[in-house]
This record gives sequence, C-alpha cells and structure tokens, in this order.
Amino acid sequence: MINQLQSLGHKALDFFQRLGRGHILIVDVLKGQPALFFRPRLIIQQLYSVGVLSLLIVVVSGFFVGMVMGLQGYNTLVDFGAEESLGVMVALTLVRELGPVVTALLFAGRAGSALTAEIGLMKATEQLSAMEMMAVDPIRRVLAPRFLAGFISMPLLAAMFSAVGVLGGYFVGVGLLGVDEGAYWSQMQASVDLYEDIYNGVIKSIVFGFVVTWIAIFEGYDAIPTSEGVSRATTRTVVHSSLAILGLDFILTALMFN
Amino acid sequence: MDENKTLVKVRDLKFARAGRMIFDGVDLDIQRGKITVIMGPSGTGKTTLLRLIGRQLKPMQGSISVDGEEVTTLGHRRLYELRKRMGMLFQNGALLTDLSVFENVAYPIREHTNLSDELIRTLVLMKLQAVGLRGARDLMPAELSGGMARRVALARAIALDPMMIMYDEPFTGQDPISMGVLVRLIRNLNDALGLTSVVVSHDIEEASSIADYIYLLSGGKVVAHGTTEDLANSDSEWAQQFMKGKPDGPVPFHFQSQPYTDDLNI
Repeated sequence: MINQLQSLGHKALDFFQRLGRGHILIVDVLKGQPALFFRPRLIIQQLYSVGVLSLLIVVVSGFFVGMVMGLQGYNTLVDFGAEESLGVMVALTLVRELGPVVTALLFAGRAGSALTAEIGLMKATEQLSAMEMMAVDPIRRVLAPRFLAGFISMPLLAAMFSAVGVLGGYFVGVGLLGVDEGAYWSQMQASVDLYEDIYNGVIKSIVFGFVVTWIAIFEGYDAIPTSEGVSRATTRTVVHSSLAILGLDFILTALMFN
Repeated sequence: MDENKTLVKVRDLKFARAGRMIFDGVDLDIQRGKITVIMGPSGTGKTTLLRLIGRQLKPMQGSISVDGEEVTTLGHRRLYELRKRMGMLFQNGALLTDLSVFENVAYPIREHTNLSDELIRTLVLMKLQAVGLRGARDLMPAELSGGMARRVALARAIALDPMMIMYDEPFTGQDPISMGVLVRLIRNLNDALGLTSVVVSHDIEEASSIADYIYLLSGGKVVAHGTTEDLANSDSEWAQQFMKGKPDGPVPFHFQSQPYTDDLNI
C-alpha cells in the first residue's frame, strides 16, 4: 500500500517536473526568436524539412479525405434532394474541423516525430553538449528555428489540406456523381464565412502548430540520451500531440462556435 | 603554488548523482601551459569532472575557478564568453552529423565571428592541416574512422584558439597507429599553441607518456598526485595498483555486494 502510494507520488512529482521543464524550455525558445530574424537561413532550412517535406502526405491525404466526403456527403444529401449543398458541406467540414485537426495529426506523425528523433539523437551523440562547449546555445541555435518553422508551417499546411480537400470533393461530387458545378461553388461561396469559419480554422491550426512543435522539441531535448530513450520520446511525441490536438480541438470548438 | 600559473583551481568539490556521491571533497590545480592528466578507474566521474569545469553540470558544493572566474556562479552570458576560450574533445568526437568536415571546423568560427568566407577557409585549412586531415575536408562525419573523427573534433576545438582544451578519454578504442597520432598531436598542439591541456584517461601508458602532472581519482577523492615518476615511485598502494594494472588490491575486483555464501543461500 505504502509502496503504491510512494510510486504514485513519484509519478506525480515526475509529471510536474517535466511540465515545469517544458514551460521553462518554451520560454527560452521564445526568447530566442528575435535573434532568428538576423539569420533567416536557419529558418528557411527548417521550413524546408518541417514544412515542405510534409507537403506530400498532407496534400495526398487532403485529396482523399475530400473525395470520401464527396461520396459520403452526396449519398446522405441526395436522399433529401439537397445534393447541391455538397460544396458547402465539404468546405465547412474541412475548414472548421478536418483541415486543422487531420493536418495536425499528420504533422505530429511526420514532422513532430522527426523533430524529436533528430534532437534526441543530437543529444545522445553529444552534439548538443559539444555546441554548449563551443559557446553556442543549442536552445537558440537548434530548437528555436525548428519551433518557428513548425509554428509557421502548420497553418499553411492546414490551408493546403483544406484547399485540396475541396478539390477532392469537387472531383467526386461534380466530376463523377454529377452535382451541378455552379451550385457546388456558389453555395460554398455564399455560406462559408471568412471570420466565423476560416479565421477560426486558422486559429485552431496556429494553436495546434504551437503545441505539436512544442511537444516535439521538448520531448527531443528532454529525451534520455540512449537509443531506447529516443525511441520512447518519439512515441511520446506522437501520442501526447495527438491527445493534445483532440482535447484542444474540443475546447476551441466549444469556445468558437457556441 | 603560484596563483598566476594555475588556470583551473578546484576546491572542496562535492557532487552527487542518482543518490551516489561522485566527488566528495576534491581539490586540484591545473597549471597553465602544461598537460595535466586525470586518471582513475571507470566510473569515478572523470568525465563528470570535465563537465563540471565547463559548467555543463553544477556542483553541490565547492568552487571551480577557471582563469580567475568562478564558474559555479557565472551568468549565462559570461559563461558563454568563457567557453569560447575553452575547447573540449568529446569521447566520440561529437561532430555535427549533417555538416561536412570543413563545415564542422568552420562552425564555431562562423557562429562567433564575422570573418569573410575566404578568411574562414584559410583558418579551417590551417586547423585541418595541424591534425593532418586537410585532404578529408569534403568528407561527411559518417565516412570517417573513429580516430579521424576525433582529429576533426580536435581541429574544431582549436578553431577559436582557446586557452585550454579538455580531452575526454581521447585514447579509448583506438588502434595503435591512431593512438600514437593522438598522443603526438596532444603534445604538439599543447606546446605549439601554448595551450593548457586536461586529459581524462585510463590508458596509463599513453597518458603518462605525455603527462606533466597526474591526478589519480578514486572513490570521489584525489588519492595521489604528482609527476609520472612521483606516482611510479609512490608508497600509496592504490597508486601502485592502478599504475601497474593489478586486478586486485585497494580497488577490489568485486563490486560491493553481500557475502557470496548468503547470495547463494548456502
């Protein structure tokens, strides 16, 4: 009994210590941001590996999700004779929900895990220590540009996802199932609101980008410097990010659309 | 000891990790311009000592001063200024794996100066020439042997012309030729560049051949110190065991355990 309590207490302490370290780290990373404006090359490099390299999976997934929504939506709407509203349905679902959420989940799996593994391995092979001893602060030199790149990439990727998804819906709905093209676009144009729908979706993706990248760089930096430690940190990044995304999505949706 | 001649001064150093006391009142002095070797069995915290001197770790108690500055209490900015004057060679080299040999050596110069590319090129080639790897400048770290990686790391460590270099187990896992190369390099660089070198090692023969002064650490304390000759002729049983590599003696062969018969339930 005492042992169980002890181990519970130990776990709780461990959790709060990690939480504390995570917050200290993000403050340091944010403090390192202004200096990055003088070294754009660092950000461009990371934008490429975090953002551009995630583009393919995001675009392909977006297209398929859009196509599935075209099929499912058509089958439901046609029963009510409302198949011309397919465009609105596809667009709203994507912009409000699926765009930010699915992109963030893919982003955590593709870019987040890569960030954690890279930083964790740099730690395990003493590259971060070597930087410290060369008087180069790894938080500013390695973590800060990666964080900024993730933060910038995520909303852009979510926008791409939604845009390609709308095209996927168009391809199935208009191209294959014969929904009227004019209705698809014009109803979408009339019903999707810039502030209510698009801005809120963008805010979601910005929040997700912040949180996923934060978790990824923290897990890498805090990883136990062994191969097992890095592998566990990578798994944790994907699991924690996914849970954070879904939890935050509920909270944000409740705040925005109620 | 003359104050000006001492570059690093460690006093009453105490440090514990995971509930185990690693240093329990260590005092040592590292003289300018000399090669000081710190020896001791594996697990005595030799590497930890280097990390404490570079303030990658903070001691529980005691003082460590480097070039007159107390590193245990230095602020971030001053610590980084001090580190620019310290080089450290990690056990596996710790090269940045996504940069070529040339870029690795250029890295600290690019980070800390605004020199032109042409000047950086000249400097890097000079440093690589010093370690005999000018021809390997375009290779990636993954293409280097262990000994070569350490030499590149050494070129990187001297890139900013530091006042001291700390070597973490430079001879471990090296074939006899690279070992010979490294031994000669450490001595030559120390004398040619007027460096102060701290070498952490348990390779007695190689380390004593270049040492100007040796500290022997065990059980969290300095058990003996002196020149190679002093230690070879020392009365300390411990020093004798270590220097001659005897398997049993004051440092027991067996790790601390309960009696053998109890363990076997006899």
